[in-house]
Amino acid sequence: MEQTRELLINMGPQHPSTHGVLRVLVKLDGETITWAEPDIGYLHRCFEKLSESKTYTQVIPYTDRTDYLSAITNEHAFCLAVEKLMGIEVPERAEYIRVMMAELQRICSHLLGLGAMALDLGAVTGFLYAWRDREKIYSLFERITGGRMLYNYLRIGGVRNDLPEGIIGTPKDGRDKADKTIWGFINYFESYVLPEWDDLLTNNRIFQWRTQGVAPLPSEVAIAYGASGPVLRASGVKWDLRKNVPYSIYDRFEFDIPVGKENGDCFDRWVVRVEEMRQSARIVKQALQWLAENPGDYIAPKLPRVLKPPKGEVYIRYEGSRGEVGVHLVSDGSANPYKVKWRSPCFTHLQLLPVLAPGHKLADMIAIIGSIDIVLGEVDR
Amino acid sequence: MAERMIHELDWLNDPVVESDVEVNQNVIVGKLPAVVRKLFQWGQGQSVWPMLFGIACCAIEMMAAGGSRFDIARFGSEAMRASPRQADLMIVAGTVNEKMAVVVRRLYDQMAEPKFVIAMGACASNGGPYWDTYNVVDGVHKVVPVDVYVPGCPPRPEALLQALMEIQEMLKTGKRGLVTKG
Ligand code: SF4
Repeated sequence: MEQTRELLINMGPQHPSTHGVLRVLVKLDGETITWAEPDIGYLHRCFEKLSESKTYTQVIPYTDRTDYLSAITNEHAFCLAVEKLMGIEVPERAEYIRVMMAELQRICSHLLGLGAMALDLGAVTGFLYAWRDREKIYSLFERITGGRMLYNYLRIGGVRNDLPEGIIGTPKDGRDKADKTIWGFINYFESYVLPEWDDLLTNNRIFQWRTQGVAPLPSEVAIAYGASGPVLRASGVKWDLRKNVPYSIYDRFEFDIPVGKENGDCFDRWVVRVEEMRQSARIVKQALQWLAENPGDYIAPKLPRVLKPPKGEVYIRYEGSRGEVGVHLVSDGSANPYKVKWRSPCFTHLQLLPVLAPGHKLADMIAIIGSIDIVLGEVDR
Repeated sequence: MAERMIHELDWLNDPVVESDVEVNQNVIVGKLPAVVRKLFQWGQGQSVWPMLFGIACCAIEMMAAGGSRFDIARFGSEAMRASPRQADLMIVAGTVNEKMAVVVRRLYDQMAEPKFVIAMGACASNGGPYWDTYNVVDGVHKVVPVDVYVPGCPPRPEALLQALMEIQEMLKTGKRGLVTKG
């Protein structure tokens, strides 16, 4: 009798999928995966230990670099934690600016997530389209913060500077102003980019065949493994920290939580991300309306020169672009944090890989990695 | 590693083998090998294929350089090769730590000559914001010979393109090291 032997192959750490230095060990029976195990640590940069030797303000740029695709949301989570620890009141305008930036960042991050997944599946066009629009967000961010990708824009107690003049624009701004005003970008995004993604890939039969039914994730498994964010929602669980455990000022905004179906597959995870961008655009619009009418302080006026939070600890849950970001801060009363613990959604999602991959073809592995949208910087920190 | 740090692309600069004296007496044919070599170098300079190899945040800016606005295809380098054996250029874009350093070196060894290395960003150049941690290699030059350093955290895509032009210049002149003036 003929027998096939299992073959152990090694994907990465340098490999064609564009998700950084991920190494996956895969056992194959023919072309079918029977076992998969990620090997991490290729990007461990000692963020948590390094933070202990920095002051609280100095940690902010390092939080940018954990999940480097979603810098503002990380800064926001960290600043919220320090503010909660010290009991700082943040001016309303600063909080609106932060939320608006965070949602723009979410759009930016999902765009790359989708573009990279498209690229991994062989649709190079999708990647180029994603970059075209990301560059527009980059131009806006560059004018506001001075940086293209990593900003160091948020400060404990507010933001570094107010929005520059004329960046908000008017609700009538169209496509020609897409990289000049935020209104222009949002209008262009809603009327042009989102339908384009729908036409190009979401409703594309080839793309659907490639992703539908691949790696279904039952909701109980997702919950049991601690999944969060788009991955959890794609499995049909309506859980979004912005709605369920409101932080910052998210209770003032109107938006929906897109969910997939029970047993969400790669395609559901894709659709949820596209829908989330639509909801983020809604939030940005509401924030812009408020910001245009309400000038004010952008940083809390009376802050001590050296921030020394009182002894104690604090935990913040934050809905980042990829899921629940958690910041656990322990303070011993000095100017440096005693301990910073970063709960990373990507780390949690990566452990789903051994659950999702077996039984699928090797080529589907790329779709699976793309659909859980991990950033290795955050996995290893 | 020291013997690898040559300053000339030696095989390109090999003296042209003068096998047939009679042919060399002919002025035009005698110059042919040199002309062919120039042409060859020019062609090589226009098709530097980088390896598809991003490590950390800087890799995103590298992707931006490949994206629609900066369009690295203008410089003939859009063909990012997934295999080191097909690549001429390694762009070390990101933080290299102790675990990754081994891999970087192995990938470099697998590349075919002539090969070039760009250290993109502060991390690859000298450890960047992570220089004093326990796990980060402060500077990728400790692992592989670097031809061009690109400062910035992250560098803008234009800076990467400038570095690429520097590499092209090296290939065209057949020399390593600082070749552009001014
Ligand atoms: S230089 Fe800066 S942007 Fe580049 S990898 Fe290092 S931390 Fe990231």
